[in-house]
Amino acid sequence: MALLEVKSLGISFGGLRAVDNLNVSIEQGKLYGLIGPNGAGKTTIFNLLTGVYKPSDGFITLDGVDITGKSTIEINKAGIARTFQNIRLFKGMSVIDNVKIGLHNGNGYSTIEGILRLPRYHKVEKEMQEKALELLKVFDLDSEAETLASNLPYGKQRKLEIARALATNPKLLLLDEPAAGMNPQETLALMETIQFVRKHFNMTILLIEHDMKLVSGICEELTVLNFGQVLAQGETSEVLNNPDVIKAYLGE
Amino acid sequence: MSFLQYLINGISLGSIYAIIALGYTMVYGIAKMLNFAHGDVIMVGAYVIFTTISTMGYPPIVGVIVAVALCTVLGITIERIAYKPLRGASSLAVLITAIGVSYFLQNMALIVFGADTKSFNSIVKFGPFHLGGLVISGETLVTIVSCIIIMIILTTFINKTKAGQAMLAVSEDKGAAVLMGINVNQTIALTFAIGSGLAAIAGSLLCSAYPTLSPYTGSMPGIKAFTAAVFGGIGSIPGAFVGGILLGVIEIFGKAYISSQLSDAIVFAVLIIVLIVKPSGILGKNRQEKV
Amino acid sequence: MKLRNKFKFDKRARQSLITYAMVIIAFVVVQILLATGSMTSLMKGLLVPLCVYAILAVSLNLTVGILGELSLGHAGFMCIGAFTGAFFSKCVQDVITIGWLRISIAIILGSAMAGLFGFLIGMPVLRLKGDYLAIVTLGFGEIIKTVVNVVYIGRDENGFHFSIKSNMDLNMTENGKTIVKGAQGITGTPKDATFTIGIILLLVTLFIVLNLINSRDGRAIMAIRDNRIAAESVGINITKYKLMAFSISAALAGSAGVLYAHNLNTLTASTNNFGYNMSINILVFVVLGGIGNIRGSIIGAVILTLLPELLRSFNLDNLRMLIYAIILIVVMLFNSAPSFIQFREKVTAVVKSKLPKKGGVN
Repeated sequence: MALLEVKSLGISFGGLRAVDNLNVSIEQGKLYGLIGPNGAGKTTIFNLLTGVYKPSDGFITLDGVDITGKSTIEINKAGIARTFQNIRLFKGMSVIDNVKIGLHNGNGYSTIEGILRLPRYHKVEKEMQEKALELLKVFDLDSEAETLASNLPYGKQRKLEIARALATNPKLLLLDEPAAGMNPQETLALMETIQFVRKHFNMTILLIEHDMKLVSGICEELTVLNFGQVLAQGETSEVLNNPDVIKAYLGE
Repeated sequence: MSFLQYLINGISLGSIYAIIALGYTMVYGIAKMLNFAHGDVIMVGAYVIFTTISTMGYPPIVGVIVAVALCTVLGITIERIAYKPLRGASSLAVLITAIGVSYFLQNMALIVFGADTKSFNSIVKFGPFHLGGLVISGETLVTIVSCIIIMIILTTFINKTKAGQAMLAVSEDKGAAVLMGINVNQTIALTFAIGSGLAAIAGSLLCSAYPTLSPYTGSMPGIKAFTAAVFGGIGSIPGAFVGGILLGVIEIFGKAYISSQLSDAIVFAVLIIVLIVKPSGILGKNRQEKV
Repeated sequence: MKLRNKFKFDKRARQSLITYAMVIIAFVVVQILLATGSMTSLMKGLLVPLCVYAILAVSLNLTVGILGELSLGHAGFMCIGAFTGAFFSKCVQDVITIGWLRISIAIILGSAMAGLFGFLIGMPVLRLKGDYLAIVTLGFGEIIKTVVNVVYIGRDENGFHFSIKSNMDLNMTENGKTIVKGAQGITGTPKDATFTIGIILLLVTLFIVLNLINSRDGRAIMAIRDNRIAAESVGINITKYKLMAFSISAALAGSAGVLYAHNLNTLTASTNNFGYNMSINILVFVVLGGIGNIRGSIIGAVILTLLPELLRSFNLDNLRMLIYAIILIVVMLFNSAPSFIQFREKVTAVVKSKLPKKGGVN
């Protein structure tokens, strides 16, 4: 059974069918790409998968558990974490605190223990500090742990967002245009980071991307969307040679 | 008193709230700020009328015209000195500055006119009229008619004139308005001018209906009108009208049928219930953040 | 790396320590002034109110600065605390005769009641945003104040009697005593509030707020402030943490109310002490002290409370509130106007470039 199973998923906004009859299944450990022209419904699918929108029809199961219509918080706890197209960091907080927010649900002590600084507070905070630093090290951000998140350069902000998502210990990681706004070198570095994350954490990754070099470089399977509908699906090399896909991208 | 009588009194009070709320809502729609000092402009307007009529002996209409003129200038001045430098600053900073302006106006009035409550001579010299069992005072009639006329003029102004269209554009999207060649500063100044002029009219009507005047006269009606603006959907002109009238009616009914001491609590309770059910007010637009 | 971590923890702890130290030093200085008799009676009268305002400002900063939501009804929670505490102390006046014990219990009860109201009010309204939340909290503040003004509670040998109409409607026997008397409020609350108790309460408030901010829950609250959608995406329960911050903030305001009530002979709910004017004053303390800056809130509260009194002592009695208003506007413009900020940055840049560069010193 695949890690993520999406069956005939659809959503309408008023009369507009933003996503229609989407079927996707992603095996554990795969790197899966979601591509398509602007307005094809890619981010809408992410919002459906993470509970920001409730689907009009269809089912989503993660690791055999039905998560259709669940709240964002429940879905995160079930094991889906994401990044955003327009980066959403906790800007007034330090880099390491951003990651600690990701660690929030996995590492607990009560409010009273926190205010009274009981032993468990010190123990758990120490663990969180260590885990957070470890994650930051993976992304080469550990030397900037105390920097304000908003003061990081753009590329590092993207990395921090991924680190924060990973801190929630997900089964599936969704990346929304991770290479947006990056130059070719940065994109290359990012590809390496994504590959590394996949290996290091044995992570299943679904990503939205416009950068074809990145997509063809690291994605094993693809779904191509156009006007909310699936245009093509399958192995990356096959899909990219599909005449319909070429037509949708380059025009007739 | 009969239900109908209370209803008319409520609409009359609500008309005053509506006129004040228009100032709130226009300024909010265009400058995206809560002008807490708006209520105190009403008080300044009322003092100007009081001085011209009672102290200097001019006829009421002169008093109203002078008050509207002075309040318009006051509104533009406040905007220029206190709010314009803060464009682009946090909304909380603007709010606190507006509170500062409010304190300033109140204490200025305290120094100039003294702390004692003045009795205000109504600017309306006719009435009351008897209609069946109903008693309609001259003030009530003038207030309701003024409110309707103001609504008509304002709606026409916004929809039919270039300056009015500029206001709409600025309230929709300031950045885009600049690109379209609209002078945003001028438009905001104009909004303050209109809002403050209306406040002066509201002041004359308020003090005619409730004939006492002190430096704090504008404070509570200001808050209530702000409530009315939010009630109707802040930023919306028809919303200010509907919100104002409803608030006035609820207040008078609450006083009449439930408890005169609790009427303010009832007004706020209704507001809270409406906002919880419909978070953007009765006629407000609901804007959701896009993910 | 180890060193860096240690430094980090120390940095936050140090900031908190500075704040505690500031309060304790102020306390010691006041004690010295009192012992040497060099404090005017006017200043003596201000000592407890200063603690009250400082606690209010710190607690409101939790809502406005840390949670990032605008509340204009903070005085309402203070009002609930004040009346709960005063009611309790009046009831047990003859049973518990030790002042500090009585007020301590009153503070616990008053803040519990205010916290409960914060929770109940917060549940429906915290879904609202920005200015809508501001007006709704203002509304609740006014409702609390208005309702308190019509409540009559009395006690006779049959127990408590309650009315919202008049003293007569309490239907008490002739031994009955009215405790809460509508608009006349509560009279004769024992004057248990002392400067020492005020300072202790302020320190407890600081302890709760600072430790909350520097904990897991505090981080979650700030994450909601910085980006609600991102916070949700990593599994932060928005409602829970908003309610937590709002209720704690309300409870602390309630404790300030209890202190306030035990410093007065007559406690009434008027526009000036529990109305939106008071809520706005507290907000001014917070904003001028620096949003999110806990130490700043205390400094803001103290300076802005002393300023009008200082102006009074300069024989500017008539003008003092006018000058206060002008200072408020000027400070806001100077702190927040983009052009002023640019100007300040330019000046500092020029000054810095003129200064000789230090070599080798980090």
